[in-house]
Amino acid sequence: MDTLLPVHDRGGPAQPLLLASGLRKHFPVPGGLLGRSGKVVRAVDDLSLSIAKGETLGVVGESGCGKSTVARLLVRLIRPDRGTVVLDGDPVDEPHGITVNELRRQVQMVFQDSFASLNPRLTIIETLAFAPKAHGVSTAEARQRSRDLLAKVGLEPGTFADRYPHELSGGQRQRVNIARALALQPRLVILDEAVSALDKSVEAQVLNMLVDLKTELGLTYLFISHDLNVVQYLSDRVLVMYLGKIVEIGAVDAIYGNPRHPYTRALLSALPSMDPRKRTKEAPIQGDPPNPIDPPSGCRFRTRCPFAEDVCARAEPALTDTGAQAVACHMSVPGSGHSKAA
Amino acid sequence: MLLYTLRRLIYLVPVAFGVSLLVFALVHLAPGDAISAIVPPDAPQEVVEKIRQYYGFDKPLPVQYFRWLAVTLSGDFGTSIGTGRPVAEEVGSAFGNTIILAISATLLAFSLAVVLGTAAAYAKSRIVDRLVTLVALAGVSVPNFWLAIVLVIVFSVELGWLPPMGLGPENATGWRLDGPHLAHMVLPTIALAMIPLGVVTRTVRSTIKEILGMEFVAALRAKGMNDRRILLHVLKNAAPTCLAVMGLQAGNLIGGSILIETVFAWPGTGFLLNSAIFRRDLPILQGTTLVLSFFFMMLNLTVDIIQTTVDPRIKRG
Amino acid sequence: MAIQSPSLEISTGSVKATPASASRGYWQQVRRRLARDPITLICAAVLILIIASSIAAPLLGLADPYKTSMLRRLQPVFSPHYLLGTDELGRDMLSRLIYAGRLSLFMGVTPVVCALLIGGLLGITAGFVGGRTNMLIMRIMDVFYAFPSVLLAISLSGAMGAGASNTLLALTLVFIPPICRVSESVTTQVRGFDFVDAARASGAATLTIVRVHVLGNVLGPILVYATSLISVAIILAAGLSFLGLGVKPPEPEWGLMLNTLRQAIYVNPLLAALPGVMIFITSICFNLMSDGLRAAMDVKG
Repeated sequence: MDTLLPVHDRGGPAQPLLLASGLRKHFPVPGGLLGRSGKVVRAVDDLSLSIAKGETLGVVGESGCGKSTVARLLVRLIRPDRGTVVLDGDPVDEPHGITVNELRRQVQMVFQDSFASLNPRLTIIETLAFAPKAHGVSTAEARQRSRDLLAKVGLEPGTFADRYPHELSGGQRQRVNIARALALQPRLVILDEAVSALDKSVEAQVLNMLVDLKTELGLTYLFISHDLNVVQYLSDRVLVMYLGKIVEIGAVDAIYGNPRHPYTRALLSALPSMDPRKRTKEAPIQGDPPNPIDPPSGCRFRTRCPFAEDVCARAEPALTDTGAQAVACHMSVPGSGHSKAA
Repeated sequence: MLLYTLRRLIYLVPVAFGVSLLVFALVHLAPGDAISAIVPPDAPQEVVEKIRQYYGFDKPLPVQYFRWLAVTLSGDFGTSIGTGRPVAEEVGSAFGNTIILAISATLLAFSLAVVLGTAAAYAKSRIVDRLVTLVALAGVSVPNFWLAIVLVIVFSVELGWLPPMGLGPENATGWRLDGPHLAHMVLPTIALAMIPLGVVTRTVRSTIKEILGMEFVAALRAKGMNDRRILLHVLKNAAPTCLAVMGLQAGNLIGGSILIETVFAWPGTGFLLNSAIFRRDLPILQGTTLVLSFFFMMLNLTVDIIQTTVDPRIKRG
Repeated sequence: MAIQSPSLEISTGSVKATPASASRGYWQQVRRRLARDPITLICAAVLILIIASSIAAPLLGLADPYKTSMLRRLQPVFSPHYLLGTDELGRDMLSRLIYAGRLSLFMGVTPVVCALLIGGLLGITAGFVGGRTNMLIMRIMDVFYAFPSVLLAISLSGAMGAGASNTLLALTLVFIPPICRVSESVTTQVRGFDFVDAARASGAATLTIVRVHVLGNVLGPILVYATSLISVAIILAAGLSFLGLGVKPPEPEWGLMLNTLRQAIYVNPLLAALPGVMIFITSICFNLMSDGLRAAMDVKG
């Protein structure tokens, strides 16, 4: 008997599946006299986003911009200092909402493949059966489900069920990671650099599998990656992060076709184009990689921005809707005081 | 660096408190009254009461602790029940003797260990490597007090080359740097050095072997650097780990010396501790334990700081 | 977005996997490696011999280890009735050495086992829970770390008084901090692995996560460390008895025997050294086995 009941849609297609508001997470930096230096790493600062049902939201940004922290905040592996998360209309971890455990039934995460993503002491089937068993499913039922999951991700159950992680290749392990995330029949799957460690050919196979699974199981994806091409391939909307904040967000064609934030433009122009007529026109990113402990005042990107002006140091630009996308840049906000503002 | 040192010193304070608490509690761990150590069992009741009041044993424990702490911090470690002399004096002179032994054992053990360990790591012939490993294993496994006895049997009883006990010839008090005194030092030093020798040799050998396998050594060889200079590089890289282990062993020497001093009747803190236990001379027991543990803590701190200076990648505490 | 997806089915022919029969779990691999290591096997055999003979001592037809004889004191080795001679009170050495194995081994192994249980529990808790609990536990351990182990053992024993049970208690207390520290360190490391996060994200209870995911990965290194402590414990226990703090006469115990036989070194030096030989052999064997265990567990995945 299946004791893991599927969770049903509550709010209808118009209600966002996940709504995060004002998320903040600062990590204390060790050091100093009493073991505390008073400094913090401002990993995520006042971040809000919404994910619509059935979409794939891509998240791009450099290392250290806070993408992984956002992922872990949404699955509640880390508790936010501030901010709320609402899942299909139910606030999480609040008196009248759902508990964190209930959140975890509906939101799951696929980790980047590393030797540490699967327990080396458990067989594949034991790893997959763990989550359902923890939720009360019988061992036999959990194992049967795990075999079905293996088949679904393209791994033949007879061969792979009793293997150990060290006997699998990177691509196979990543399929197991995905299967594990699907074990509780979630609605939202967060993929944190899920294909980054794979060889290109394997990556293509896994990506296509992800697309098929999404349609077949009616999933919603949050796809985090530093690889712009992959994000473009997979996403409906794209979100660009820098130093813990969102700098641009919009439909994938708008972002890639007409990027408005200088950071987005620099990121995209760094991609070599297949078209010999398209030459790099934009200035490359200047300056040093950012320090999340002491971010610049005002707009955080200003130290590397070729268009920075005084107003950029004084005021932090808010995420403003400009039609096809929303941008956090003074140049796109009329009347902001920037010389290029419309 | 300064900040790190200060931070470690600050962390030391609660630990030091804990240590003093533990040492204080030692007295009260003893079965029966603490009084019974001082007073003969057939003493009349009023005398017992008077003595109890004099030592403050009638006050509640926390009060006793703080009184004891205050007195100790002012340098007065109490009076030895056995000899009636101030504990500080007894411990002081004994400590000096222990240090002499400890330093010589340290020098012997560490220098030999580095040589042996390096030789074993570099050795092309497996026999040399095996031999050194065996010696190191023996060093680590041998009960040093038994080794002391065996050394006495071989070198004093059978061969008669070296004296079997004491600091110097015929009731010598105090130590001088001369032939007879050095002769008295030989056997205890060897016995004491055995375990650190074993441990450090193993560490040096495995660390250097690991480094020799690293890519940068192959790169240096390919550049044509001669072996002697490569050795220098290797030793520099091996230093932090080996220093750490050496530091730990130096501390353990304090413990090992207790047993060795007993065998050789060497008048150090170990010997003092031993006799204090049997006379139930609790002030000496407390004072010696306190001094030894604080010395150990300071030693560990120094080793940590040196290690952090040598290898900034390591960050402790 | 219209790239045709290739077939998802992986034909078993193209999968580069080892045949199912070669798939082995971690502990099976460790067992296999141990069984193939000659040194470990020899040491295990020696230890089993020593342990078995001491446990089965009454059945071996040995002389009474307590029976003294003032006439036959300090008979040398290979005397007519006494294979290993007699001690300073005329008791049969061979018999006493074998009987002494019981106490000496017991005093060495028991503290380590108890410390493993207590220290391991504390360390794993500190490592998994982290935060204030971790700080509290580790700071308390630091206080004990301020003492060299021998000093701590002697001070505790000296304060509590001589006797086997006090020695057991003192030794257990001495070994709890290092085991706790190693457990905490390993647990903290494992705690940081992604699969533990995945287990947390699946909504399982904390104890379940620890039982299924953490313990299996943590017990190995802790056990290796604990076995390396056994030889130290045996030597330390013998040392305490040597100082008169541990087992009391007339019980046979290797360290105590070394003490009482000291007076004999001028008369019969070989005799005086014998008990130490037992300690030495036992210690070497435990150390080599611990090394073997560590090597066997260093399995590359």
